[in-house]
Amino acid sequence: MSNSVSDENPLVSKTGSLKKVKNSQQALFSLGMTVVAGAALAITLLPLFAVLSYVTVQGFNRLNLDLFTKLPPPPGLSGGGIANAIVGTLMTVGIASLIAVPFGVLAAVYLSEFSKGQIARWVRFATNVLSGVPSIIAGVFAYGLFVVNMGGFSAIAGGAALAVLMLPTIVRTTDEALQIVPQDIRWASVGVGASNYQTVLQVVLPAAIPAILTGVTLAIARAAGETAPLIFTALNSPFWPAGFDKPTPSLSVLVYNFATVPFKAQKELAWAASLILVFMVLLTSILSRWATHKKVY
Amino acid sequence: MISNTKSAQSESRSRSGAEKSLDQGFIWLTRILGIGVGVILLAIALTVGYRALPAIQQYGLGFLFGSSWNPVKEEYGALPMIYGTIVSSAIALLIAVPLGVGTAIFLSEDFLPLPVRTALVFLVELLAAIPSVVYGLWGIAVLIPIISTVGKFLNSNFGWLPIFSTPPVGPGMLPAGVILGIMTLPIITAISRDSLASLPPDLRQASLGLGATRWTTIFRVLVPAAFSGIVGGIMLGLGRAMGETMAATLLIGNSNQLSASVLAPANTIASLMANQFAEASGLQVAALMYTGLILFILTLIVNILAEWIVSQVRAKYN
Repeated sequence: MSNSVSDENPLVSKTGSLKKVKNSQQALFSLGMTVVAGAALAITLLPLFAVLSYVTVQGFNRLNLDLFTKLPPPPGLSGGGIANAIVGTLMTVGIASLIAVPFGVLAAVYLSEFSKGQIARWVRFATNVLSGVPSIIAGVFAYGLFVVNMGGFSAIAGGAALAVLMLPTIVRTTDEALQIVPQDIRWASVGVGASNYQTVLQVVLPAAIPAILTGVTLAIARAAGETAPLIFTALNSPFWPAGFDKPTPSLSVLVYNFATVPFKAQKELAWAASLILVFMVLLTSILSRWATHKKVY
Repeated sequence: MISNTKSAQSESRSRSGAEKSLDQGFIWLTRILGIGVGVILLAIALTVGYRALPAIQQYGLGFLFGSSWNPVKEEYGALPMIYGTIVSSAIALLIAVPLGVGTAIFLSEDFLPLPVRTALVFLVELLAAIPSVVYGLWGIAVLIPIISTVGKFLNSNFGWLPIFSTPPVGPGMLPAGVILGIMTLPIITAISRDSLASLPPDLRQASLGLGATRWTTIFRVLVPAAFSGIVGGIMLGLGRAMGETMAATLLIGNSNQLSASVLAPANTIASLMANQFAEASGLQVAALMYTGLILFILTLIVNILAEWIVSQVRAKYN
């Protein structure tokens, strides 16, 4: 940032004498504003590094085999692990993916392949609005629809809430991925006699698969970190998950519950679970970034 | 995109009836699921509204202005939570707007080489990837001690101001607002940067050609031209801040008392629900659903406005 005085356009800075006036008011103002904007960037990135480093330092010691194989200890005791929460997270996120992935991909196929003007605009608008719906509202929705009607908290209700949150991401990324597929290969496919569903399933979707997978992976990773939709749908449990229709533990709810307890062992587990969640989301974000650089067309 | 009517006409001779209906069935399946995305939005509104009905009938619009939340006496009023939601979001925007727009300007100009800027843009995006509950846990361990120190100073020196009138007790409105600010930074930065980057290069060239410096160009030409996009990004950030739950719940202190001081514990609609839903029964569920409906409507208005503004900007320059 120190050499940023050079930001002036040559035509602009060469006033009269064709020499840069380094101490003019304008040059100082420019330098000052550049420093302010650069400082804004530095402050913006500060929390990222602060959170990542702190979570790593706090959670790293607790990463051992017990963490992945044992149940959380009762209050006051030490040791134990978060194995039940890992299984529970896989269950709820699995249910959510089973609902949201086919739903989202086919909805995006409609948007990009079969829809005309007005309806597509409304559906895209609804997708964007849905992505802005607070995650806790997705939980309230699943509570009102499943928990009340099914008579209790369950992995299914939690999965449904997560599916609502995953859906807009999947629709949007698939829609974008399909639109990048060149029109020629659709014409070629229809030209050799393929029907609409053959064209979509065997030509267009395979061509867009890397980008779609990227979007799906990101959506899954984000869903795994979501807490608000789970605290009153899947609830929690200190035991192994007992079934898809029973209260189910998850990593994120475990972090929430153990964040405020006074016991050291539980706090440590909360940090270790946070580290796993953060690591997983970061890894998928970086991998997806890398994957989108490679294009089929 | 595939035009189904045309292809159906040109191929009608060679298709068997079964294959044609399979084809039509597939198109209908995607159509139903496509429209289904909109139906989900509607279903959320209807479900939450239906479950809130007992509380709506019981308390009416007075619910919005009642300031006591007492499950034992079945007295429910949402004013402290509505106030907490608005004030914590306002603190969040106070922090995130200058930082986010400043970052967006810095990253949309060529201060740094392009590969470095691309990497920095990605890092800002990563801020949005950290789970909310992890922000909350970090906030308890790191942010609250820092803000308590600052809060003590503010209270002892500026205690005559109503907003600093109580001594900090740890969790409170200010730490929650700060964490919400951090969490809304990525969206405000991303949308502002997008709208600055999508401006036609002619604008910049014309301004520089007339003899303006870079920062004159930014303030007088680029920011005004991208203004509606930036406002759209800020509104999306506001929507996020209002609905953000876990970090706020862990840092705000969950007190249903109205207090003018930002150092005192407070509550937001989202954190009220996070705290009480799992153990609620009867009328309390309906009252919580009512607050959920209020939050849903608030965020819906903000998001629809934001989407509309952002889509107007996209239509203008694409």
